[in-house]
Amino acid sequence: MLVSYNWLQDYIDLGGVTPEELADKITNSGIEVEHIVYPGEGLKGIVVGKVESCAQHPEAEKLHLCQVNLGTETVQIVCGAPNVAAGQKVPVATVGARIANNVKIKRAKLRGEISNGMICSLDELGFDHNFVPKEYADGIYVFDDEVPVGADALPYLNLDDAILDLDILVNSAHCMNMIGVAYEVGAILDRPIQLKKPVVAESDQLASEKISVSVDAEQMVPYYGARVMNGIKVAPAPRWMQLRLIAAGVRPISNVVDVSNYVMLEYGQPLHTFDFDQFGSNHVLVRFAGDHEEITTLDGQLRKLTDEDLLITNGKKGVAVAGVMGGENTEVSSDTENVLLEAAVFDPISIRKTAARLQLRSDASSRYEKGLDRNRVALAADRAAELLIQYAHATVLKGIVEAGERTVAEHQIMMPWQKINQVLGSEFAREQIVGILERLNFKVNVEGEIMQVSVPARRFDVTIPEDLVEEVGRIYGYNHIPATLPEGTSSHASLTPYQKIRRRVEGLMNGMGLSQAYTYSLTSKESASSYAVSNKGIEPTQVIWPMSEEHAALRQSIVPQLINVAQYHLNRQMPDIKFYEIGKVFLPVKGEARPAEEEHLAGIITGKRTERNWEGDPDTVDFFSVKGIVETLFDSLGVANHITYSPSKREGMHPGQTADILLNGEVIGYIGALHPRVQKNCGLNETFVFEVAIESLLRHGEAAIEYHGLPRFPSTTRDIALVVKRTVAAADLDRVIRENGTPLLKSVQLFDVYEGSHVAADEKSMAFSLVYFDPERTLTDDEVNVVHEKIVSACAEQLGAELRG
Amino acid sequence: MLKEKLLELREQALSNIGSADGLKALQEAQIRFLGKKGPITEVMKSMGKLSAEERPIVGQLANEVRKLIAAKIEEKKADLEAKLLELKLEHEKIDVTLPGRKIATGSPHLLASIIQEVEDLFIGLGFSIEEGPEVEQDYYNFEALNLPKDHPARDMQDSFYITDEILMRTHTSPVQAHTLEKHKGVGPVKVICPGKVYRRDNDDATHSHQFMQIEGLYVDHNVRLSDLKGILTVFAKHMFGADREIRLRPSFFPFTEPSVEMDISCFRCGGHGCNVCKGTGWIEILGAGMVHPNVLRMSGFDPSEYTGFAFGMGPERIAMLKYGIEDIRHFYTDDIRFLKQFDRA
Ligand SMILES: [Zn+2]
Repeated sequence: MLVSYNWLQDYIDLGGVTPEELADKITNSGIEVEHIVYPGEGLKGIVVGKVESCAQHPEAEKLHLCQVNLGTETVQIVCGAPNVAAGQKVPVATVGARIANNVKIKRAKLRGEISNGMICSLDELGFDHNFVPKEYADGIYVFDDEVPVGADALPYLNLDDAILDLDILVNSAHCMNMIGVAYEVGAILDRPIQLKKPVVAESDQLASEKISVSVDAEQMVPYYGARVMNGIKVAPAPRWMQLRLIAAGVRPISNVVDVSNYVMLEYGQPLHTFDFDQFGSNHVLVRFAGDHEEITTLDGQLRKLTDEDLLITNGKKGVAVAGVMGGENTEVSSDTENVLLEAAVFDPISIRKTAARLQLRSDASSRYEKGLDRNRVALAADRAAELLIQYAHATVLKGIVEAGERTVAEHQIMMPWQKINQVLGSEFAREQIVGILERLNFKVNVEGEIMQVSVPARRFDVTIPEDLVEEVGRIYGYNHIPATLPEGTSSHASLTPYQKIRRRVEGLMNGMGLSQAYTYSLTSKESASSYAVSNKGIEPTQVIWPMSEEHAALRQSIVPQLINVAQYHLNRQMPDIKFYEIGKVFLPVKGEARPAEEEHLAGIITGKRTERNWEGDPDTVDFFSVKGIVETLFDSLGVANHITYSPSKREGMHPGQTADILLNGEVIGYIGALHPRVQKNCGLNETFVFEVAIESLLRHGEAAIEYHGLPRFPSTTRDIALVVKRTVAAADLDRVIRENGTPLLKSVQLFDVYEGSHVAADEKSMAFSLVYFDPERTLTDDEVNVVHEKIVSACAEQLGAELRG
Repeated sequence: MLKEKLLELREQALSNIGSADGLKALQEAQIRFLGKKGPITEVMKSMGKLSAEERPIVGQLANEVRKLIAAKIEEKKADLEAKLLELKLEHEKIDVTLPGRKIATGSPHLLASIIQEVEDLFIGLGFSIEEGPEVEQDYYNFEALNLPKDHPARDMQDSFYITDEILMRTHTSPVQAHTLEKHKGVGPVKVICPGKVYRRDNDDATHSHQFMQIEGLYVDHNVRLSDLKGILTVFAKHMFGADREIRLRPSFFPFTEPSVEMDISCFRCGGHGCNVCKGTGWIEILGAGMVHPNVLRMSGFDPSEYTGFAFGMGPERIAMLKYGIEDIRHFYTDDIRFLKQFDRA
C-alpha cells in the first residue's frame, strides 16, 4: 500500500513528524514501511508559467516559439510538444533548473532561436510513464487555471510529497486504505483524526424506480448496494485527484473510473460502475455462475466460469465477475451518461478462489480477499456520489437500492484486563491499558477485573483476547517490555541416544577425511529410483507441481546426489574427493501417498588416498579404502560383531566389487565401486560409494559398555597359513576359525593373502594370526594345540583348506 | 723385580689404551692386559715366589694397576662411544622443515555446525531436540497451526504437494504440533526442532527450494512474552557476541498471537549503520511470538491454563549474515573450497 504523506494530512495533523519518523513509528508498531519515495527529489527551478503566445518556429515544422510568463519576466521558450497552446498554464524548467535524472536546463539555441528553459512533460518531471494520464502522455502537462503564475510548480504537482510503501500482511488489511492508515497513525501518535461524513445532494427521483436488486447467494453476498446517477459528463478527473491516484500507483483514466478508484483507496471499499444504458435491464441479480457460463471481461478476455464463481447479472446475462472484474458489455466509456454504481460485500474466500482461478488479482479483489470494514460500504457509495456530483456533473437519484444488511454490530471481547500483563510479562496499570485501547478508537468498559472491549468492524482482525494483548503490546512498544527468564518448571534436557550417536558418526566421518555434504531431497525421477539400498520396484514419490524436472521426485538414496557432488569437483580440477551425507531417504510404500522416511549415511570417495607429498605419489583409493571406512565406523559404534558382508550385484555398481552390508543377516547397506559404464557416463575416475541405513542400525542406541579387568595371564599367539581354492572367501575362513576356536580363541587377524607361483594356479594362501587366552590362568602348549588342531581340521573339512608347508 | 714389571706393564697399557682408535682396538687392549692369560694375571700367579713381606706390597700394586687399567679402558670406551654417537647423530640429521604426514580430516558442513551450536545452547537451557517427518500431512503443516484450508496466508503454489493432503513440509512448525499432541495436554513442553523444509521457489542467490529451519517451543503455566525476550537475548548474545542487543517488532504469523520479529544490533558496525544492516543498525534474525490459543487447543492444551512461546530461524540466513556469504546455493553445492573455510565454525 502506497501512502501519500500529504494525503494523510487530510485526516490527521502530522505536524512535527517527518516522513522518516512516521515510517519508523509505523514499522515499529507492526506494519513494515519498506521504503519512502520522494517523488520530487532532485527537482529544482520548476515554476508555473503561462504561455502568452505560441507561434510556429520559422525553421522547424514541429517546434513552437512560445512567450512564457514566469511571473517576474516573460521569456521565449522553444517547445516541441504537439499540445502546447497559448493561454495554457504549464510547468516550466527555468534556466539553471534540474529536472528528472538530474538533467540541468541551460539556455539553448534551437534551429537559430533562443530557448530560455523548457516546458515540461510529466515524464520529464520524474513521473512513471505508466501512470501518466493519456491526455498528457504525448506532450507537456497543462495545469488548471487556479494555479498562480510564477509559483513553485512542485506543490501543485504533488512533488513535495513523500510516499510510504507499507507492506500489508494478512493481519494488517485494515491499513489497505487511507482512513485505516489514519486510524493506525492516530493510535501510534496518540493524536485525534478527523473524518468528514460525505454529503450527497440527492435528486427527488427515487433510485428504486430505476433499479431493483436481489441476491441469490446470500451466504456469499452479505450486502449489495446500488446507486443510480444520471447526466454524467465523462472527462478527466481534477488535478488533485489524478495526482493522488498517481501517488498511490493508479493511472488516472476518467472522472467516473477515477472516483471509484479514489474511494477504494480512501475507504478500502471496492466500487464498480456500470454504463446503465448498456445494462440491459432494470434489475441486478447476484448469483452463482452456471457451469461453463461465459463472460467477456473489461480486458477483452472471454472467461469461462464455474458454479463456484459469483456473477453479477442483469437477470439474464452476466455483467461482471463479482469483486474481480467488470464485463465489457457494460463498461463506462467516454459517451456514458447514466451510471449504476455498485458497493457490495462479497465473501473473501469465494473472491479469492475466483481471482486465483481466472488469474485476475486486482486492487479490488485483493481487498475483498483480505477483508473490508463491513460498516463502511454505504459510506463509500455516498462518498463516490458526492465526488461524481462535484466532478462529473452527476445527478444522483435518491437512496441506495440494496439487499442484505448495511451494517453489522461491533464485536465484543470480554477478558480479565490483567491477562494482558500476564501474557506480556508487563506491569501496566489498568488506566494505561484502557488508554492504549482507546487510542485505537476501541470502546472499553471495565468492571472489576473484567474488561469489555467493543471492536469496530474496520478491525475485523481483532477477535480474541490475545488480539487485544497484541494491540496493547505493539502500540506501547515491545521495547518497553522487560526481558525475563522463565520461572516455570526447570527441566533437564539432553540429546536422545540416536542424536548422540549421529553426532559421533559425523565426527568419525570427518576424522576419516570425509567432508560433510548437504544435498537436495528432490531430484529427477530417474535418479530418485536409483541406488536405493532396497528398491521394492515402486515408483518414487513425486510432487504434483515440480519447479523443474530436476527436482520432481523424492530420493530413495543419497548416492546419486553425491555422484553429482563428485562430478562438480572433478569438473573443477579437484579429482580427490571424499564426502559423506547423513539425511533422509524416502521409500515409497505401496498403497500410501506418504513414503517411509529413513535416515541414511552415504559416502563417496575417489582419487588419491592421501594428499600428494614429497615422498611420492600416494596410492589411489580402492574397494578396501571404502570398506575400511565403514568397518572403522562399525567398530567405533560397537556393532562390528553383528555385521557381515556378502558379494552382491546392484544396478549401477561394479558386479565384482560390490558387497551388501548385513546387520544380523538383514541388508542395511552396501559398499562398492561404481560400474565402469556409470563412471564413463559421468566422466568420473574410479569411484567408490557406500550407503548405510544408519537409523535402523542405531535406532536403539549403542550397546552398554561392559568392563573387563586387565588380563593377569599372558596370551598365546599362533600363526597359521591355509591354502584354499581362490573361490573361498576370507570371511568364510574367518567364520570357521572363530566358530571352532571358542572359548579360548580371542582374536583372529588376517595378515597375508598370497596368490602366485608357490601355490597352485586356482589356489591362494591366507595367513591368520590367532590369539588364545584364558582370563583365569596361563594356557599350556597342549591346551592350545588341542584347539588349534580342531580349527585346522574344521577348515580342511568345511573349506578344503590345507596347512601350507 | 715384579714390581718393575708391573710398573712397566702399567705404562705399556696406558699408552696402548690412549692410542686405541676404536672400540675394537680397545677391546684387544683389554684382553691383552686384563685377560685370564694376560701379563697381570701372570704376575699374580708368580707371587708365590715372593717373601712374606713383599707379597702384600706387590699384590696391592698388582690390584691397583689392574683397577687403573680397567678404569682407563672404561673411560676410553665412554669417550669412543660418545664420538661414535656424535657421528651417528650427524648422519641422522634431517630437514625438519619438510612437511609431515598429515592425517587429512574432512570438514563438517557449516549448516551442521550452526545447528549444533544452537542445539547445544538450548539443551543447556533445558530444551530437548525433536525431529519430525519431512513429508507431512496438510493437517500438521497448516491446519493444526491455525492455517485452515482457506486461509489467505496459504498458497498451494508455494508448496510441493504430493497429494491434496500430503506435502513436503514448508516449515518445521508441524513438529510443534506433533510434540504438543504427544504431551496430551500436560506441560511443560520445551523443545527445539531443526530440520529441512521445502518451498516452491526457483533457486537463486537468495532463494532455495530446500533450506533448514530451527524452531523452538516452550509451553507451560505462565510463560510470558518477556520470557521469550529473555531467551532470545541469551540466544543473540551466544550466537552473535556478548554486546548484542535485541529488539522485538510486531509482526504476523498465523500460529502466534502476538507475533514479533527479532532484530539484533548489527554485529558489524555495532549499530551505527553499515551495508550489512543496510544502514539501520539492526539486522532481522528470526520470527517469534506467543503460541496462538487455537494452536494450543487443537493440540490438546487448554489455553486458559497454558501459554507458550515459539520462535523460528533460518540457519542459512544466520550463516550468511555471520560470514557475509552472498549466495544461498553454496550450502547445497558442497564445493569443498567453500566448506573448508568453515571447518572451525
Ligand atoms: Zn551495521
